[in-house]
Amino acid sequence: MSPRAAWRLERLGFSEVYDFAAGKAAWLAMGWPREGKAAAVPNAGEVARRGTPTCSLEDRVGAVKDQVESVGREVCIVVNQSGIVEGRLRGKALKESLEASAEESMEIGPTTIRPSESIAPLVERMHRRAVRTIVVSDLRGELVGILYREDADAALERARS
Amino acid sequence: MPKEVGIDEIRELIDRSARLVDVLPEAEYEEEHIAGAVNIPLKKMTAQAVSILDRDRPVITYCHDYQ
Repeated sequence: MSPRAAWRLERLGFSEVYDFAAGKAAWLAMGWPREGKAAAVPNAGEVARRGTPTCSLEDRVGAVKDQVESVGREVCIVVNQSGIVEGRLRGKALKESLEASAEESMEIGPTTIRPSESIAPLVERMHRRAVRTIVVSDLRGELVGILYREDADAALERARS
Repeated sequence: MPKEVGIDEIRELIDRSARLVDVLPEAEYEEEHIAGAVNIPLKKMTAQAVSILDRDRPVITYCHDYQ
């Protein structure tokens, strides 16, 4: 639809017309700003905690552990040279093999969700599967943040009250 | 001829004061749209309807996705 609209605008005398064919879905999947009735209920990207520690594939687990503990977090997201989420270090992986590289110890390809995901069905799934946190990444696979189930519960309650 | 832009270019265009035009029906626009976009549904895209746009600024059309 939007390519035809772009042609129509040219026909109507506009000289610099672009078509964002990937559209609203892609914009929202990047976690970029939105407006409208739906924006009254926050989505996953808006609830996710920012500032999650990240490390590179080559970093030593011991150094990553120190970094994570210094900021009071429990998890580190392993990203490649382009900032793409490759893995996750948490729990036992952060306590053992301190001389290993992040790549050797990480959980490969953790499940991620898009920032545009609605939190109501997500919260329901997280409770059913006993999942406490989930990684939020954008359309490119870059880290947005970590969604905590308790934050999503609270956001949903606020939106409903 | 209109140019297609992707995720990597669109923010740069907006920084250049491009205007986003949501061409979906009004109800879909009211439900959720890109922040700052105006709504001119394709089916109502007349010369009068587009008079709200500044002809000196770039314009970017979008709908839901590749439809």
